Amino acid sequence: MNEISDTPVLEIKGLSVLLPDGADREFAIEEVSFSIGRSEIVCIVGESGSGKSVTAFTVMGLIPKKDLVPVAGEILLHGENLLGKSDRQMRRLRGKKMGMVFQEPMTALNPVIKVGDQIAEILEIHANMSASARKKRVIETMEDVSLPEPVKMYDSYPHQLSGGQRQRIMIAMALVLEPGLLIADEPTTALDVTTQAEVLELIRDIQARHGTGVMFITHDFGVVADIADRVVVMQNGKVVEQGTRDEILSAPSHPYTKMLIGSVPSLTPPNRPIPEVAETALEAKALNKTYGRVGLFENGRMVKAAQDVELILRRGETLGVVGESGSGKSTVARCMVRLIDPTSGDINVAGTNIAQMAESELRAYRQKIQIVFQDPYRSLNPRRTVGQSIVEGPMNFGLSGTEAQSRAENLMRIVGLAPEALTRFPHQFSGGQRQRICIARALAMEPRVLIADEAVSALDVSVQAQVLRLLQDVRERYDLAMLFITHDLRVAAQICDRIMVMQRGVVVEEGRTSEVYANPQHPYTRSLLNAAPGRETNFARYS
Amino acid sequence: MPDHSQDAIMADAVLSEHEDPSLLAGMLNNRAIFWGGGLLILFALIAAIGPFLTLDPTELNPIKRLKSPSAEAWFGSDFLGRDIFSRVIYGARVSLVVGIAVALISVGIGLILGLVAGYVRVLDAVIMRTMDGLMSIPAILLAIALISLSGATLGTVILAIVIPEVPRVVRLVRAVVLTVREEPYVEAAIAAGTRLPLILKRHILPNTIAPLIVQATYVCASAMLTESILGFLGAGIPPEIPSWGNIMSEGRTYFQISPWIIFFPGIGLALTVLAVNIVGDGLRDTLDPRIARKI
Repeated sequence: MNEISDTPVLEIKGLSVLLPDGADREFAIEEVSFSIGRSEIVCIVGESGSGKSVTAFTVMGLIPKKDLVPVAGEILLHGENLLGKSDRQMRRLRGKKMGMVFQEPMTALNPVIKVGDQIAEILEIHANMSASARKKRVIETMEDVSLPEPVKMYDSYPHQLSGGQRQRIMIAMALVLEPGLLIADEPTTALDVTTQAEVLELIRDIQARHGTGVMFITHDFGVVADIADRVVVMQNGKVVEQGTRDEILSAPSHPYTKMLIGSVPSLTPPNRPIPEVAETALEAKALNKTYGRVGLFENGRMVKAAQDVELILRRGETLGVVGESGSGKSTVARCMVRLIDPTSGDINVAGTNIAQMAESELRAYRQKIQIVFQDPYRSLNPRRTVGQSIVEGPMNFGLSGTEAQSRAENLMRIVGLAPEALTRFPHQFSGGQRQRICIARALAMEPRVLIADEAVSALDVSVQAQVLRLLQDVRERYDLAMLFITHDLRVAAQICDRIMVMQRGVVVEEGRTSEVYANPQHPYTRSLLNAAPGRETNFARYS
Repeated sequence: MPDHSQDAIMADAVLSEHEDPSLLAGMLNNRAIFWGGGLLILFALIAAIGPFLTLDPTELNPIKRLKSPSAEAWFGSDFLGRDIFSRVIYGARVSLVVGIAVALISVGIGLILGLVAGYVRVLDAVIMRTMDGLMSIPAILLAIALISLSGATLGTVILAIVIPEVPRVVRLVRAVVLTVREEPYVEAAIAAGTRLPLILKRHILPNTIAPLIVQATYVCASAMLTESILGFLGAGIPPEIPSWGNIMSEGRTYFQISPWIIFFPGIGLALTVLAVNIVGDGLRDTLDPRIARKI
């Protein structure tokens, strides 16, 4: 072995980056040290605010220099310190010596330039090549990232490609000059699980063939299990633990790592008692929802978001609806709450069909079905105190102000928050706390059915575990029927009694969670389960 | 359930209970609002008090016709010997009254129509096509037509300028409503059985206030300009009430021998419109930094 290949591709030594005054802590990242060797994938994991993205952006030299100042340490790329480089020198290194792939491929690509030209632009800037040689090289690279028909796809615009294809274009852009270092910042987070599996496979394959060192940032331990050689765990800007994948995943030593890994929901459903057949709380019969219509200004394109969906939800059980984006699972949820009107079919609540009911009659039934949304930052009116948000519903139905207030205080305790916090505004709470408030708001209506539409998807894994426990807890306490919409098979395994799998608006499989997971019947269910990241890894358990 | 969450909330909570004091301070610190607002207040004071201190703006004095500015008549006199200084000061009243009245009325009407169009699907098409129709008519022509139908008074001039301004406000409010109505907190309110008027008032209306205040300043500036143009064309405020527009209109014929007749009301108009626009920019920056970046 010669000396060059012994030098790590990237070595970060004692790196600290200062946060601007008035932030919640002094350093964005503090004393961060780790290295990435040739042909090595190092996963940086941590929850939001842990400093993993700041680390990546500092290496790329993409941090806003006014706000974030590196004050100590070194970043050595092939032994060369990047921190002393001028903007011009950094520009020459980016693309050539290091490439980056971002989370959201739609916004990272320019929507009005052909994808082929976007890749070619990198060559135009960094390499002295003729136009035809550039095009040839671009098409080779597109082949390399397994894009179908690269010659044809060269002239496509980003919106004409699928999410997975767009992310492949991003990877092709990052790799076209064969840099030694690839930085991938949550590259699969915005993708569906089956696409995610393909992109992970591609990254692994490419780095093996080209010997690229990869810094892979993720919050998902399933992804870590599938792709990492080594793992660096970050918390509040500091590296708390690093080691090989197996060391970290099966025998973590730091309490924070233990807590994180212990919070990863298992893909194996726990043994649940089969609930007695209770009364039906909510029933959908032949429910259809079609978007688009033929009209004077419409072009007549129709999308069948939900087709003949049949669903029975009984008191005291949790029914999961799983599927990828566009499967129609949220459409079903929103029809049930009548936030959208179903095109046809029945929705029975307490023996009454509310599917086509007029708003004036519907009001009485609104109380019975409540919903918790995905995005905790947009679910509460920022101009109203959380107390006002919680009492709004009950007061609509005639509860007096003082009664509603005491109900709200009681519910705050149940969801694990201090009743005094009712006078605060939403921006004063963290994401997990806001989601608790949303649950309290839904419960304030004393509903029979609680619909959770991706209610834990936007939360960090440790907070997610707490909110899941809370949902489970209130479901039992109030004997609710819960409809749990999620794309995350791990979460669904832990909370659902029964499960419904949807694909392109159609329910393809339904059954008891344990049976569906152990013995999936439909090919789509099988492909979903096979694509779930980290399915073969046993995460360390602490309980 | 681990109970550290109770401590967490106390630690997390930011102590500032209300954002308004900082907003007001921010407005006073904003230089655009300070200077533009100061200038505007000065003009308003002149318009309010000035006419009591000056000569009668309609008093004819055939001996002192077309005199150039002097210590006696600061801005000179016109072809009937009327004092231009008094007339310009009096004209400030008309401009400010028209500007502010048009801004208030068109924002008021536009807000209601915009809320309804944005939220009630059935009425959306009807309202918006009507607005499109109004927008396709040139504002000045519409004003001239209205005035020739009903006669020129302060009221008809204001009405004539309000009508073409309304569609711009409606479009703005509708756009805000269309974005906000998709917010989960609005959907949560629907699911909680909140009635439509209350949803509009509680959850949607507050989001329109900041962009509306900014829009109102632009409407105000544009209304003052339109009023002057109408006056200049002879289709505005009747000549017995001096307005910057009709002073300039009357001075047009004598422009080459006594340019001050046009110069001083022109300066007044330019400064007032500039002040209003500067205040509008400042308000936009402090009220909603996100809009500031978009516009």
